[in-house]
Amino acid sequence: MAVYKRTYQPYSGTLTPAWSRFLIIARQAHRRVFDSRFLTFFFVVCFVCPAVGAVFVYLRHNAGAIALLKIDVARMFPIDGRFFFRFMGWQGSLAFLLTAFVGPGLISTDLRNNALPLYFCRPFSRAEYVLGKMSVLAILQSLITWVPGLLLFAFHAYLEGGAWLRENLFIASGLFLGSWIWIVTLCLLALALSAWVKWKVLAGALLFGVFFVAAGFGQAANAVMHSRSGNLINLGELIRTVWAGLFRVDADTGVSPGAAWMVLIGVCALCLYLLDRKVRAYEVVRS
Amino acid sequence: MDARPVIELQGLEVRFGPRTILKDLQGSFSGRAIGLLGPNGAGKSTLINTLLGFYEPWRGTARVLGHDIRTGIRAVRRLIGYMPENESFIAGMSAVEFVRFMAELAGLPPEAALERAHEALFYVGLGEARYRKLEEYSLGMKQLVKLAQAIAHGPKLLFLDEPTNGLDPPARQRMIRLIGDVRERGNLHLILCSHLLRDVEECCEEVLILKEGRIVQYSNLEEERRSNRRFLEMELEGESGLFAEALRELGCECALTGRRLKAVLAEGVEVRDLYRAAAERGVRIRRLSHKRDSLEDIFLKAMGNGNGSL
Repeated sequence: MAVYKRTYQPYSGTLTPAWSRFLIIARQAHRRVFDSRFLTFFFVVCFVCPAVGAVFVYLRHNAGAIALLKIDVARMFPIDGRFFFRFMGWQGSLAFLLTAFVGPGLISTDLRNNALPLYFCRPFSRAEYVLGKMSVLAILQSLITWVPGLLLFAFHAYLEGGAWLRENLFIASGLFLGSWIWIVTLCLLALALSAWVKWKVLAGALLFGVFFVAAGFGQAANAVMHSRSGNLINLGELIRTVWAGLFRVDADTGVSPGAAWMVLIGVCALCLYLLDRKVRAYEVVRS
Repeated sequence: MDARPVIELQGLEVRFGPRTILKDLQGSFSGRAIGLLGPNGAGKSTLINTLLGFYEPWRGTARVLGHDIRTGIRAVRRLIGYMPENESFIAGMSAVEFVRFMAELAGLPPEAALERAHEALFYVGLGEARYRKLEEYSLGMKQLVKLAQAIAHGPKLLFLDEPTNGLDPPARQRMIRLIGDVRERGNLHLILCSHLLRDVEECCEEVLILKEGRIVQYSNLEEERRSNRRFLEMELEGESGLFAEALRELGCECALTGRRLKAVLAEGVEVRDLYRAAAERGVRIRRLSHKRDSLEDIFLKAMGNGNGSL
């Protein structure tokens, strides 16, 4: 029907599959993320480290280039679990910053503008809404963590040969699993804060607070108690512990991998609870 | 038009903590346009929100177009459009992006959603302003864009919660006209929740009146209007008894009190027949009026009744 007819007709065409609709949120949000020049620039910067890593891997396998640049191969980093552990540490930090820039506005703006009833009066559940909002961050984070990590790993494995690949498959699984643990934790934290703090700037500040203030408290607790147990409230140290286990390196955080996993799972569960309380069409005052 | 009842309430009870908001609501409603009336706090919005699946029933259930809200809320939501009472929009979007986004969430493919968004915005009268950001819209325009998002995906049942809130008289008239037009053209049912009797009277054929969480009245306004047209009150001069007898012979029901006569016209009897009968018997009809039992009368009666029974 042409728009000029200006009449109302019921819709009788095909519908999209229900399972795919959460991605509509991500598509819409990404368009707005990349409307910002700063975020676009930052996103590009996130690929500098993988690009440098790729050059490094290439140089290690190119005798001509090594000779030309007069590089001492013995003094170069070996491409092993520790190399990818450091890669994850750097990319994980960038993923955190990206989350801090994009995450706080995801739910808070919908809450501020009473948009949730508009989502939930459609065949679109609260879980799909949270999944949709998570996917906004998770897609961007994936593009700067495990996707370039695995590409780098594949590139090195291609140059190194099948034996290296077989010996180091745990790195690939570590890149994938380690990234997703971090992605899920960051997404849930950002969304929970965004749902509870309607002011975007404050939600962003709180996200930094959760990491840096908690880390500060953890350090203070370590100093007072002469132990390393304060690291249990330092999310950065916890994820480093988990990654260290996955990449088979020693992170020396003083936290056992089991305890780190438990705390991270606990944080995620708490965030899900907070989201469940807040992500509703209307808030009910029960008293 | 769907033959199923629009809404079936089966002992529906909704509680918020210790407070019971909706109390044992029963009934089956099939009208094309149902008005939901009641004073503030009567439970109108709670009923709509429960039917939309936003609130969990404490006891009982309800069916919307045949789908149980406890077990088939997704199926219910596939069939409905909802225009919320409060200002609701998604920040940073133009009207066309917003309506398209909402239509896509309802399941329309991107191209169809875009086409329908343009159509819906032209239809509600925002065609020229459709590329403007929603934050720049006036209150009246925001009401219209809320209506556009509610109809863009072609629902079978439209919930309108206080659609004329905050509108000036011309904007209100326009909204009422649009709602009437959607009802006529859209092959859909409509539930309009309002505290403004005129809105309901102008848009709805049936009215459900709530008071303190209970249904106190369900009236078919069309039938009321029809029966009111057959009910006459007259003031006579002359032989009133003879005239009453003549009306009875015509098949009308009459009640004479002094010079005042109340009559219900029989099928096929028109007002001119009364004048003819009066002239034949030398009786003068000094005043003749149709009964005007307006929605306001129905509402006030319902508020006075308030015994909780339908």
